[in-house]
Amino acid sequence: MNILSACPAPLMQHETVQMAHGAGGRLSQELMQRVFMPHIQNAFLDILDDQAKLDLPPGKIAFTTDTYVVSPVFFPGGNIGELAINGTVNDLSVGGATPLYISTGFVLEEGLPLTELEAIVRSMAAAARRAGVMIVTGDTKVVGRGQCDRIFINTSGIGLIRNNTALSCRNLQLGDAVILSGTVGDHGMAIMTSREGLSFHSRITSDSAPLNAMIAAILDEVPSIHAMRDPTRGGVAATLNELASSSSVGIEIDEAAIPVKDDVRGAAELLGIDPLHVANEGKLVLVVAAHDAVKVLAVMRSSEQGRDAALIGRIVEEHPCMVVMQTALGSRRIIDLPPGEQLPRIC
Amino acid sequence: MKYIDEYRNPRLARTLLEAIRRRVSRPWTIMEICGGQTHSIIRNGIDQLLPDTIELVHGPGCPVCVTPLESIERALLLASKKEVIFTSFGDMLRVPGSSRDLFMVRSEGGDVRVVFSPLDALQIARDNPSREVVFFAVGFETTAPANAMAVHQAAREGIGNFSILVSQVMVPPAMRAILRMPANRVQGFLAAGHVCAVMGYEQYLPLSAEFHVPIVPTGFEPVDLLAGILKTVELLEDSQPEVVNSYGRVVSREGNLAARGTIDKVFEVVDRQWRGVGLIPESGLGLRSEYAGFDAEKRFHLSHMSTEESPLCMSGSILQGVMKPDGCPAFGAECTPQHPLGATMVSSEGACAAYYNYHRNL
Repeated sequence: MNILSACPAPLMQHETVQMAHGAGGRLSQELMQRVFMPHIQNAFLDILDDQAKLDLPPGKIAFTTDTYVVSPVFFPGGNIGELAINGTVNDLSVGGATPLYISTGFVLEEGLPLTELEAIVRSMAAAARRAGVMIVTGDTKVVGRGQCDRIFINTSGIGLIRNNTALSCRNLQLGDAVILSGTVGDHGMAIMTSREGLSFHSRITSDSAPLNAMIAAILDEVPSIHAMRDPTRGGVAATLNELASSSSVGIEIDEAAIPVKDDVRGAAELLGIDPLHVANEGKLVLVVAAHDAVKVLAVMRSSEQGRDAALIGRIVEEHPCMVVMQTALGSRRIIDLPPGEQLPRIC
Repeated sequence: MKYIDEYRNPRLARTLLEAIRRRVSRPWTIMEICGGQTHSIIRNGIDQLLPDTIELVHGPGCPVCVTPLESIERALLLASKKEVIFTSFGDMLRVPGSSRDLFMVRSEGGDVRVVFSPLDALQIARDNPSREVVFFAVGFETTAPANAMAVHQAAREGIGNFSILVSQVMVPPAMRAILRMPANRVQGFLAAGHVCAVMGYEQYLPLSAEFHVPIVPTGFEPVDLLAGILKTVELLEDSQPEVVNSYGRVVSREGNLAARGTIDKVFEVVDRQWRGVGLIPESGLGLRSEYAGFDAEKRFHLSHMSTEESPLCMSGSILQGVMKPDGCPAFGAECTPQHPLGATMVSSEGACAAYYNYHRNL
């Protein structure tokens, strides 16, 4: 039954989120009917039970959750809504799973314009359609002004793991190739350069995107991929360090091979930040046996998300648990975990 | 990328390295003044590529590292006050005081905000007339013009809720102090390119003449640094202790006269404490008496603060080029970026942080 046709909603009385929108009464229903349901209604949500009853194919299930607190909420190349869907789709995909179902939890700040909320929900729905996943259950809470930063979103996801894959950060083998699906630092630098207070403006846009189609194509071609990670917070540097530590191997990367957009590099220079430490939201780090590297690169480069893919390094016996870069000048340096929050320097 | 790629060109870098190798006939010790240069040298492994006869030692040019502990304590105290919005460049937030940093104050409820310019702090003051807005005015000659402009602007607009906590230092007095040290080993200097962009290179002429030391204003990219090192080596080998500008695309003899004028209008030369080094006479800038109302120390009646440095921390010797970070017994053991004993390990321009992040165990 379609709730919209069954229960015509009253006219919206408010232009912004009110505490009462989260109180479970008439305004809560109105918010659901006018802002959420038109964009994400489907057979599971329409029932309006407290849970979604899902049909799951037999096999191993991947289950993940993540919470999104990005500021600003709207940024060049996207917004928090599509980020929340793409992030969960990617967290499932890099484990070799086909993403199926997603739950959403919203924490809304009193005073958030409903037009903004609707734009966010609309882009979540579009991102879910693009990734081929269904939003099957959700929750909304409202907190007082100042108690959160406009909107926080939690998404959890369930996916079905492909039968013939055994991806793990502990699978890295000596001699393996390390492949990166595209340019580094786009998302984090888009966020940093769109924050208030920065005295220069850039055209850098976030790379927020679902990776499931590209990953499925890769696994169809080379099921024996050893490990995959999406290098989000902490950037490629953190991901490579985690991989090296998990498998107790060294990773050697080549500075000249790492793709970085000119404007990202320029902004990073100005702020004194290493692009390898900057977050990505549509990139993949992949480790595979060296003899399969060319095949993987070809599949990646034929997809929209992987057209700048590059072989950036290899797994080595030396310096276990450490990532070392061959610089363009021919010297070597450590690529360490970022120290914490990325802080622009004084001069 | 135009104006960057040219100065990171590996072929050009190799040519310069060859020229340095051909020119060196005996050991030389050269100090790069600026922490930004130190990081570029270590990050690009330039120290690994130079002939063994050239030793690079790292200078005191990191504004975060040399800001005295007493100033950090004052910042922490101000940031804890309910009526204050404390604004700062990002890299001061992680610097440890005696027992805590600005991040911790923020987590305890202090209103600490990262800004990209003192003029942004001034805007926060305009937007929050019922609060006191303090900007942590830290840095060398590079940050002084904008800091001075913010104060000048606040005075012109009659903004009464804005003040700055000043810890402004200058490079030439620090170089003089290093050259006067009995333990000094520095035979030539790479001067900080961005400082010279503001102040010009003429301020180094008396120093070079007095101490018979070559001084070469130098940029930050690998090719800039190698060109600066080659020029310094040439001057040393030819016994020509002169000032020669190796960063002509940015630096002129007089510098930026408008910026210098703004600094002179608002600031005057004062004695200043340098963390790890001590008092260096006439090495800092303080607000002139006509701008005293914008001095946070005076506005909030901040008296002497008691401070306590770790006795294990050798940052003073490192900042003066007497010791290298990996020569410190605490390096990588008691002192890491996660548990820093001093600012040189925590600053994004600190020499200890550069060695730890890029070179440890390599």
